[in-house]
Amino acid sequence: MGGSGTSPARGRVVDLGMPEFPRGAARAVADSQLRFNLRKATHTIRGKRANVVAELPDWLELRAAGKAIKDHTLRNLDRYLIRLERAVTEAGGHVHWAADAAEANRIVTDLVKATGETSVVKVKSMATQEIGLNEALAEAGITAYETDLAELIVQLGDDRPSHILVPAIHRNRAEIREIFLDHMGEWGRPAPEGLTDEPRALAEAARLHLRERFLSTKVAISGANFMVAETGTLVVLESEGNGRMCLTLPETLISVVGIEKVVPTWRDLEVFLQLLPRSSTGERMNPYTSTWTGVTPGDGPREFHLVLLDNGRTDVLADEVGRQALRCIRCSACLNVCPVYERAGGHAYGSVYPGPIGAILTPQLRGMASPLDASLPYASSLCGACYDVCPVAIDIPTVLVHLRARAPHPPAERTLLRAASWVLARASRLAGVQRLASRLRRLIPRRAPGPLAAWTDTRDVPPVPKEPFRDWWDRTEGGAE
Amino acid sequence: MRVALFITCVNDTLFPQTGKAVVTLLRRLGCEVEFPRAQTCCGQMHLNTGYPRESLRLARHFVDVFAGYDAVVTPSGSCTAMVREQYPRLAHNPHFAAARSGARRLVPTRAGREFAAAVDEVASRVYDLTEFLIDVLEVEDVGAYFPHRVTYHPTCHSLRGLRLGDRPLRLLRAVRGLELVELPGAEECCGFGGTFAVKNPAVSAAMGTDKVRNVLDTGAEVLCAADNSCLMHIGGTLRRQRSGVRVMHIAEILAQTEGRA
Repeated sequence: MGGSGTSPARGRVVDLGMPEFPRGAARAVADSQLRFNLRKATHTIRGKRANVVAELPDWLELRAAGKAIKDHTLRNLDRYLIRLERAVTEAGGHVHWAADAAEANRIVTDLVKATGETSVVKVKSMATQEIGLNEALAEAGITAYETDLAELIVQLGDDRPSHILVPAIHRNRAEIREIFLDHMGEWGRPAPEGLTDEPRALAEAARLHLRERFLSTKVAISGANFMVAETGTLVVLESEGNGRMCLTLPETLISVVGIEKVVPTWRDLEVFLQLLPRSSTGERMNPYTSTWTGVTPGDGPREFHLVLLDNGRTDVLADEVGRQALRCIRCSACLNVCPVYERAGGHAYGSVYPGPIGAILTPQLRGMASPLDASLPYASSLCGACYDVCPVAIDIPTVLVHLRARAPHPPAERTLLRAASWVLARASRLAGVQRLASRLRRLIPRRAPGPLAAWTDTRDVPPVPKEPFRDWWDRTEGGAE
Repeated sequence: MRVALFITCVNDTLFPQTGKAVVTLLRRLGCEVEFPRAQTCCGQMHLNTGYPRESLRLARHFVDVFAGYDAVVTPSGSCTAMVREQYPRLAHNPHFAAARSGARRLVPTRAGREFAAAVDEVASRVYDLTEFLIDVLEVEDVGAYFPHRVTYHPTCHSLRGLRLGDRPLRLLRAVRGLELVELPGAEECCGFGGTFAVKNPAVSAAMGTDKVRNVLDTGAEVLCAADNSCLMHIGGTLRRQRSGVRVMHIAEILAQTEGRA
């Protein structure tokens, strides 16, 4: 769709240059401050979500409806995108099609350049992070200012987001105070002297800093949570009101949105406006829900551009099992409930999409050529907690197992598992191995060398019994004697 | 009722006492237990590590071995979930099962269709032990006696895969002398996850340590579960820490009677 007309390119999701997941995760596991911050934050939000979901008697029906609407839309994506394009254009907006990250970045950069401005304000957006838009703009001499509080913390700290909803989840308030004091002045109005780490004081410092920015910047860039095809309306859900400032005050608004974000009608939107806040922030209703349709003379931006982003999504759509990842509404419920995310943190996933959804989305969008991407489908114990909480019923464990079959396997592992399957193909072979293990059982070391040390470093090995079950059964005729 | 015991490769090799306990228990409840000698492994490790073809080979073997029984009982929630949930997915997936290229997509061959039918037939009669006791034999009190303080960890595949709910707890509550204490954070994964335990050892160990801390907080003497692979991980961590808490498969508790405890 759109673009060059050559075979669909793999998406280029920004690669954060991380080592493979187990190494990044091991580093995080050893960081006690990070462990404390993550445990506290994920357990709090996990509990809030569970409470507000439990109070809805029809939650499972809502979930099924969300899944069905997304599946229907994805099956007819070509039709709904064309309808959306027509509606946006009729409402006075301009629609651009971007096949990949480079094309999207080029379109946005050219649009900003055409306004003559050198700075933009940004609404929190996953799509623009996915394509590395801020970096692309910086290369063109344009400064992008993040206005979501947590994204501001990440930007000021020259850091990377570690959570979809709460990008600075890895930071506590003492760390945030230091970041504000040290770096706010470099980006604009400095933090007030004597700033404390009280949440109120921190929020006020950010408010004063950002307010100046909103009033002086003429171009805004956003993403969108949903796009309603029938009317060409874009929808952003946020908690702070900062997004709404960006969406209403500037003269030009540019929205970069993944093609899977379209829903057919406003009736469909209603389902997601219930599913998303309860799953995401654990709230019954979202605080700031902004909708806009093209341009309205005398009200809001005078110019509106929609950049529809593919960046690997049509490849994902072609995979019968993996395509369900495109139902994702970026609520982060799966991150908050994931025992692996809770201990590994977001950075170990090496992508703007961390946690269980990242483990299935990143390798599909980016491919599995790098060691990190090949390790992501294995970044899960397959405990299934993510599938249980997913508001659009993405069966993440099934997709993980599906991707594991396609991931490159280490040669030693492949040899070992093939040998195991040969042994297990016949009971006589298994019995032979069991008898050998029983005979050598006193020689099995408590601390194993090589790759098996991964087990024995922290766990004892169970003692091998004198005889396996099958030999006991034969000897005693099933214990009958 | 003609009941086949699927012991599982892990229990067969490392935990024969669990298998003996299942046999004792089922016989006490009037079942005729058979042990099909040709059985080996359900193939879960292969599938979950990314080797569906090897797994499929083991699935074919399983279906051959266990066809024709009234019930197949296994002391493992995760192996039960493998057979009941993953086998049909494998068997009905034309990319793995016997299939030929049709005009527009892969079409299962006759052999592929027959295998899928055989899988559906066998898979529906495979039960986790606690599920078999409650749903098929319809007993809660199995006549057990075990005078100890016990806590129960519902493994992920029992809890979220098979949805066993409170079935294991109902069985434990009916055991004479047993004091059942609730495990905090019970629904959280212990961090075993099959090859996850060695592929991501740091995270696996951190999850195991948190699970162990919750177990110790209960003051229980015994931690039990319906799956020895999770217990191998939690128990290995408990032993390494010299905690003094022992792990037992729920079958071993249910098999104990007064005078034998």
